[in-house]
Amino acid sequence: MTANGGTGIRALAPRAEFPLLAADPALHYLDSAATTQKPGAVLDAIAGYYARDNANPHRGAYALSVAATEEYQRSRDRVARFLGVADSDTLLFTRGTTESLNLVASAWGRANVRAGDRIVVTRLEHHANFVPWQQLALAVGAEFRISELTGEGEVDLEALRALVTPNTKVVAFAHVSNAIGTVNPVEEIVRIARRVGALAVCDGAQSAPHLAVSVDALGVDAYAFSGHKMLGPMGIGGLVMRRELLEAMPPYQMGGDMIASVGDTATTWNVLPHKFEAGTPNVEGAVGLAAAVGYLEALGMGAVHAHEKALARYASERLGAVEDLRMFGPSAERRGGVVSFTFAGIHPHDLSQFLDADGVCVRAGHHCAQPLMRALGVGATTRASFYVYNDSLDVDALVDALEGARSRFAVGVR
Amino acid sequence: MNAELEELYQSIILDHNRRPQNFRAMPDATSHAEGVNPMCGDQLTVWVKVEGDRLADVSFQGSGCAISKASASLMTQAIRGKSRTEADALFEKFHALVTGRGPGDDLGSLKAFGGVSRFPLRVKCASLAWHAMKAALAGEAKPVSTEGAS
Repeated sequence: MTANGGTGIRALAPRAEFPLLAADPALHYLDSAATTQKPGAVLDAIAGYYARDNANPHRGAYALSVAATEEYQRSRDRVARFLGVADSDTLLFTRGTTESLNLVASAWGRANVRAGDRIVVTRLEHHANFVPWQQLALAVGAEFRISELTGEGEVDLEALRALVTPNTKVVAFAHVSNAIGTVNPVEEIVRIARRVGALAVCDGAQSAPHLAVSVDALGVDAYAFSGHKMLGPMGIGGLVMRRELLEAMPPYQMGGDMIASVGDTATTWNVLPHKFEAGTPNVEGAVGLAAAVGYLEALGMGAVHAHEKALARYASERLGAVEDLRMFGPSAERRGGVVSFTFAGIHPHDLSQFLDADGVCVRAGHHCAQPLMRALGVGATTRASFYVYNDSLDVDALVDALEGARSRFAVGVR
Repeated sequence: MNAELEELYQSIILDHNRRPQNFRAMPDATSHAEGVNPMCGDQLTVWVKVEGDRLADVSFQGSGCAISKASASLMTQAIRGKSRTEADALFEKFHALVTGRGPGDDLGSLKAFGGVSRFPLRVKCASLAWHAMKAALAGEAKPVSTEGAS
């Protein structure tokens, strides 16, 4: 890997601070929309928790258990502050976005959605914000409707407005599309949901890592996110939901920690957030996630967003000049740090295998968004996604590797 | 291009990807089955025409990567005219080859898939059409998935 020249886009976060990237200078990791690499600060925080503070929180009266409890609570407060959530008890730790959305669909959905009601999702959704609603609708006899997109791959607000009828109970939408990078107008969608009193459920898996998000200011009823897509460890994420909704809805899972008292024939529930966190919590995950948001805060989310935008713009320019390459989604100006494309009739699965041989890691497939892929008329795309440790050399490596794959596949001499 | 990748994408595989053989629907098939790979969204349908114990004709259609498409194409050529037992035996040998458990002797052109064994994720691509073919012979109506089979 050569040194980055003055004209290129430098990494926002030093590669040296990410042990995996530092160990392999020739690796061009362009799959951060799937999961990010972790800074040493996060790994140290996790190891430090086990080395200093490990005990089962909320249970022991001994000092170590108190330390673990405090670490866990401090982590929650820190993540809540990062996401602009004033009432940190309304930030529930979960395994990630998927579990968060399932929690809303199961616990709130089963209690509030009835036969004849309507659930509306958008064509952009990841399966995690699609299948739970589709299956809830099937289970209770509600109507499941998909709001279609404009030709640019953006939510068609007129179409959405028409679909969100007075019997609509849920409007579920991604903040940022994982597959093609579309950034949705959350405030506008929330207004449409509010008009009929529907629950506005926002999949924030691709916004929390990349934008300065204030969940309170967005005005959504529920916001789901994953730690591992924002420099944190796998297996931790969260759900932010309005207090009155969480207090009114039944628990999601039953067990330790989530009860106030257990009688022989009845049980009462613990207060928030414990009511929704049954069992021994993922303290290591929470501590790691808190370290991750600390790292992001130090970089500044404005700078993170600007950096990704610059890389996405540069990638769009360079890929736009590649023959036989088709990009999906809105223009780089209106898109997150994701470029989704097909190339030269080479199946994305084959393409990613070729790129891998040149040290370029990209995602190939349907990106857990088959309903979107159908609308785009493709079975799969290749997706490159950017984060704080990427630079323009990563983009250059991608473009070079594409040309290599083209000649290997001998397109044009058929 | 590294050597393992050269081994995976041999020219016979690239040729069959570009010009798949027996790539057609078969209106007079005795049975057919769909194979899907939920990981990548690959989908193909395999048609078989059984006469007595012989596979008188085999064809396929669908979309997928070069490995799955070439494997389907070469499979149709390899098992056409064979008995069910012979087709089963071929699959066993082929599967052993792509999972690195067998040398692939007597497999003819199918031996080109030997490179797959170095890429465990691609075993499902190489096996997709074979699983669909077996499902068609078994008369299964449900699409077969690569999940739970490999």
